[in-house]
Amino acid sequence: MNRPEQSAEPAVVIEGLKNAFGSHVVHEDLDLVVRRGEILGVVGGSGTGKSVLLRSIIGLQQPEAGHIEVLGDQVAEERDPDDVDVRSRWGVLFQGGALFSTLTVAENVEVPLREFHPEIGDELRREIALYKIKLAGLPEDAADKFPSELSGGMRKRAGLARALALDPELLFLDEPTAGLDPIGAAAFDELTRELQDTLGHTVFLITHDLDTLYEICDRVAVLADKRVIAVGTIPELLALDHPWIQEYFNGPRGRAAQAAQRRSKSKGMDKIRKAGA
Amino acid sequence: MREWADFTTETGTDGGISIALSGPLCVSSVGRIDERLRAIEEQVEAIDLAQVGAFDTVGAWLVTRMAEERGAKITGGSEEAMRLIAAVRGEHIDEDLLETVPTSADEAAGELGALANIAQRFGAFVIAYADGVIRLIAFLGSLLIAFGALIRHPSRFRRNALVRQIELSGVNALPIVGLMSFLIGIVIAQQGAVQLRQFGAEIYTVNLTGRLSMRELGILMTAIMFAGRSGSSFAAQIGTMKLTEEIDAMRTIGVSPMEALVVPRVLAALLIMPLLGFYAAVLSIIGGAFVSMFSLDIPFFSFLNRIQEVVPMHDIWVGLIKAPLFGLIVALAGCYQGMQVEGNSEEVGLRTTVAVVQAIFAVIVLDAFFAVFFTEVGWG
Repeated sequence: MNRPEQSAEPAVVIEGLKNAFGSHVVHEDLDLVVRRGEILGVVGGSGTGKSVLLRSIIGLQQPEAGHIEVLGDQVAEERDPDDVDVRSRWGVLFQGGALFSTLTVAENVEVPLREFHPEIGDELRREIALYKIKLAGLPEDAADKFPSELSGGMRKRAGLARALALDPELLFLDEPTAGLDPIGAAAFDELTRELQDTLGHTVFLITHDLDTLYEICDRVAVLADKRVIAVGTIPELLALDHPWIQEYFNGPRGRAAQAAQRRSKSKGMDKIRKAGA
Repeated sequence: MREWADFTTETGTDGGISIALSGPLCVSSVGRIDERLRAIEEQVEAIDLAQVGAFDTVGAWLVTRMAEERGAKITGGSEEAMRLIAAVRGEHIDEDLLETVPTSADEAAGELGALANIAQRFGAFVIAYADGVIRLIAFLGSLLIAFGALIRHPSRFRRNALVRQIELSGVNALPIVGLMSFLIGIVIAQQGAVQLRQFGAEIYTVNLTGRLSMRELGILMTAIMFAGRSGSSFAAQIGTMKLTEEIDAMRTIGVSPMEALVVPRVLAALLIMPLLGFYAAVLSIIGGAFVSMFSLDIPFFSFLNRIQEVVPMHDIWVGLIKAPLFGLIVALAGCYQGMQVEGNSEEVGLRTTVAVVQAIFAVIVLDAFFAVFFTEVGWG
């Protein structure tokens, strides 16, 4: 897959987004641009609507107002089902993995392939699925297991394999490291980074994990007051005088993650790689 | 034996009293003294903790609250006790919250009075009902769209899912539906024979069993069994898939949940209900023939022969016309309620119950309507 130009049109453009549940307004006048080929981390306190933002971008939540463009395609508009669907160009990893529980891992990975490319033969489809499962860092024998037989971390990897099934240009990850132990989380971060390096896709990543933000995110978007209040690299954000941002990155956990990043930079990433393997 | 907290009171210098608490002052032991402590009306000067054994935050809360309310001072506490009291003292609970927490509906009721309360509840019910109607129409609309899309793109039709549903809801139901119908046939024939014998008309037991089975009971009991077996599982399966975000995942992959989940189930119901219903009616007649052998001395095969003479063809049609409709109702109720699940696992149970109850109720209402209708059009 060709690495998309960094300067090409943005992967996601959100303008004036408004989301509300009854009288409870979650987003108002929210703007955000995700550049091609970057890993964008989205942070925000609980209840600031990070997941709702994700759901609006992938078309699961009908916004009240605003304009969302994904890979140059309008999401909200009704599409002709014959069109090459924008959905075939993205992959989504839900928080709990959201694997189809009646299908094995390999069958799960095959679902998007079957859906968008029915012309692919059974044998090739199986091969692709097995390759994606290995790519996501799962042992091969996981392919024929059912989701209920996997651990939480493996389920996320299986979800990732499914999200990668179509070699997406855009990958959405909803709290990929939540609920993983530190080693598993670091390994998952490393996997995300490595995949992005090789495949060159854009990553939209919702997280609470400060380590993830420091280790792999190119830019971070901060969600507060119903809007994206700032987007930038972590040093850029730290230069801002917003109390929430300061507390978030300069709190005890923020400082620990910062220190960890400095250490790992000086020692190189080998250790984490090993942990990942 | 469990040790309980206790206290003694002593009249102090200024006419007030001092309370000496004793025993463990913990969550497990203070339950019995709280009310007695609250009942003290005199001025409390001091609370003595010298004889208190174990002490936890609940004890600390009790002591601190009393000290603050009554302006008493706390004496004799150990160092740890005083530390807990200091920690508790920092936390104040809003007075309003201490009242039993009212729900918004109760609150409104308190303000409006009983009559307005009824109106308010009725209004809420009407709004919820109207909302339900709109959702149902939206569901039926998207189901039609899904059917339309499948007619235009037949290759997207999920044959495997349909076959699987037919197996689960139809083939696997054969033993239980068969046994149930057989027993019902026995009951009808047996009870019918007893009543009809009084008029010397036992032979009409055949008519009774045959016509009732074909027209009404075969299909009705099958529909009820189908609602309990399959309608509930549709609702629970789809509802759980909603909770685990599987439905969302489907949508993002481009799989329409309507096409993948609802259409195969509805189609399976439409196809298998006439078959299951007819099968049930036949088994019910066999049950009747079986019991007639013993109680009426009608040979088994004579009973079946007689059935051919007394059950008109249109009775079979009545059953077969109703069957797919009942299946449709059950499947729609199950899938619709499943798709409405949101939020928590309690919803799944609730929606499953509603799906079964609604389905059975609607089936019986419709059956009553059909009974009158078919008689009126001359298929009596």
